[in-house]
Amino acid sequence: MEAATLPPLEEMDETTRDEIETSVAKWKDAEGNLIMILHEIQNRHGYVPRASSLLLAREMNIPLARIYEVLTFYHYFRLVPQGDHNITVCNGTACYLKGSGRLLSELEKQLGIKDGETTEDRMFHLETVRCIGCCGMAPALVVDKKTIGKNSPMDIPPILEKIRQQEKTHEDQ
Amino acid sequence: MSVTATINGLEVTVPEGTSILEAARQVQVRIPTLCKHQDLFPSSACGLCIVKTGTGKKMPRACATALEEGMDITTHDAELTEVRRATLELILSNHPNACQTCGRNGDCELQDRAGEFGIRQDYLPRRVTDLPCDDSTGSLILDFSKCIKCGRCVQVCQEVQNVWALSFLDRGINTRMAPAGDITLAESPCIRCGQCSAHCPTGAIVENDETATVWEALRDPGKICTVQIAPSVRVALGEAFGLPPGTNLTGKIYSALRRLGFKAIFDTTFAADLTIIEEASEFVARFVEGKGELPLITSCCPAWVDYLEKNFSDLIPLFSTAKSPQQMLGALAKTYYPEKTGLPADQIYQVSIMPCTAKKYELERTEEMQSSGRPDVDVVLTTREFARMIKQSGVDFLNLPDEKADSLLGEYSGAGLIFGNTGGVMEAALRTAFNKVTGENLPPEGINITPVRGLEGIKTATIPVADTKVRVAVAHGLANVENLLLQVREARDQNKPPPWHFIEVMACPGGCIGGGGQPYGVCNEVRQKRMQGLLDTDEKMALRFSHENPEILQVYDEFLGEPLTGKAHELLHTSYQPRPIYQK
Repeated sequence: MEAATLPPLEEMDETTRDEIETSVAKWKDAEGNLIMILHEIQNRHGYVPRASSLLLAREMNIPLARIYEVLTFYHYFRLVPQGDHNITVCNGTACYLKGSGRLLSELEKQLGIKDGETTEDRMFHLETVRCIGCCGMAPALVVDKKTIGKNSPMDIPPILEKIRQQEKTHEDQ
Repeated sequence: MSVTATINGLEVTVPEGTSILEAARQVQVRIPTLCKHQDLFPSSACGLCIVKTGTGKKMPRACATALEEGMDITTHDAELTEVRRATLELILSNHPNACQTCGRNGDCELQDRAGEFGIRQDYLPRRVTDLPCDDSTGSLILDFSKCIKCGRCVQVCQEVQNVWALSFLDRGINTRMAPAGDITLAESPCIRCGQCSAHCPTGAIVENDETATVWEALRDPGKICTVQIAPSVRVALGEAFGLPPGTNLTGKIYSALRRLGFKAIFDTTFAADLTIIEEASEFVARFVEGKGELPLITSCCPAWVDYLEKNFSDLIPLFSTAKSPQQMLGALAKTYYPEKTGLPADQIYQVSIMPCTAKKYELERTEEMQSSGRPDVDVVLTTREFARMIKQSGVDFLNLPDEKADSLLGEYSGAGLIFGNTGGVMEAALRTAFNKVTGENLPPEGINITPVRGLEGIKTATIPVADTKVRVAVAHGLANVENLLLQVREARDQNKPPPWHFIEVMACPGGCIGGGGQPYGVCNEVRQKRMQGLLDTDEKMALRFSHENPEILQVYDEFLGEPLTGKAHELLHTSYQPRPIYQK
């Protein structure tokens, strides 16, 4: 498969090209190099931009479809940038039994997005994970890396409001 | 090495490595499957082909398990049937209950299995994905909800066609066959060959059905409906009516088309002869007179054209500029035909019946597809749609009398007819090129150019023409093409003589007879029979050279002038352009 012609992409700047070329040169002969390179890209950007994947396909001479098969198979990889504030609902057994489903529904309702999505203004990203190891705090949420325990749906609006206020103050300054 | 074992008590000896599924066929045992296709590697996805091996309690899948010496296989018993039915129920629980409005209604492998297993009610609640359909190409419709994740389409797209438009994205219940990054098929590397639809066991990928458009045109008093029918359709259509592959139904097809209401019946095979005149002239100009680059590469197949434009655009100058037979016929149907008959040109409507889903795309490929000032061809129906239309029409197809095509654009040679087979364009072109170079026809014993025939993926031959030797290569199934093109490119980059002078490529395995719009159930056995159908007819014909077709001579004499020049150039030739593999 010849991946010679790339679509005209504005995002495809000098930096992206350099990054990809460096990564490919570094991992060139290693087994399982595709995954390692994708990790590097994600570590740099927080997600794997399409422009990077398109360039990678050309540099490694592999079909873009193969790259996306890998990207979408592993839960770890993201295809869109996360929001400024990341909200994770724990869906482990304990949290599930203690009503994590209701927390998720409330968050989805309040934010107008579904699990795994980011709000249009990129302020919030919502996702679920299996178990964060804080079963004693069930049902647990992780809001911007801070774990909050024993939540009910009623706790959701104040949590979101607090973040919005912070952002507003930030903007005003 | 061979192994001997028993299947349902019947002794069977097969070469080592033969799957239990294949071995069972040899003793007339059919094990049900949904994912395994004879063209493809087993994916072990569906789980219907489980068997008992006589040792242990496991039930391995017959498609992906090799028969071993001394095995005592049981393929069918009450327990296996129960497990298979449960598996089928699980598959159905992710499938919409919408057979009556499905493009595969009455011709669906999943529906067949459900029928055979006597499933009469939903034992499990149905959980069906609500992803929207993808109809972006105008050739194919992807309905994700009907996908059973067998993997055939992905494998055929990636491994057989080397296109990589489809991939398996995500995992588990969210798995879907889609282009990288969930863009639409039209934005992907898809070349619309339709092999995905020809291999899909369900209605998840079907052709864009345009029969309603044709019915509408037929009842429009402002339109004079004309039609053309491709060589390969005539030897495959019968399958939709229960006849064996390869049955040539030309006469009945003409007859059916008249009864459907078409005012003029043309044959694409006539235009295949015309393509040969132009293409052979082009070849002679490049090969003998040195005008233009070699190898000359055929361009009748729109899926192949799209593939080259996307993946090997630096080789565009090697392409024959001759339009495909479909487009040549369309151009003449809207210029020459009204001129000869006095019919109003702006009312002529041209329907094309093709083995191919990419032909739907070809209509709008470039502006040159409107060389008559209007679309040269208005709508394309695949063989499958045409079969449906005949069934809707109430015509008792198999009992129709044989009729003839209209004269003007209906007469054809055997050379034009074999265009439908891989190697056929090459053979037809060589028959005429030989005459153009030497001034004589090939001797009767030399007319069949057998080295370019058959289902081998890449065929090469050296054909003596006068005192030179023409090196030719033929490839079908696009995964076979890359290697040829890389050799061509390398020779060119190093200023070496080209490895071949003339290359024929058809996207689909077997050529047009194995096209993505042909009746379902294609495999090599079927392809072989369809090919034979065309070869047998060619063999029996008195007219076997395109350049001797009297209607071809007449159209040049009365209308086109000389090949490659003037009106012939204007109406019968096209151009190519690099296109991005991904539009997004």
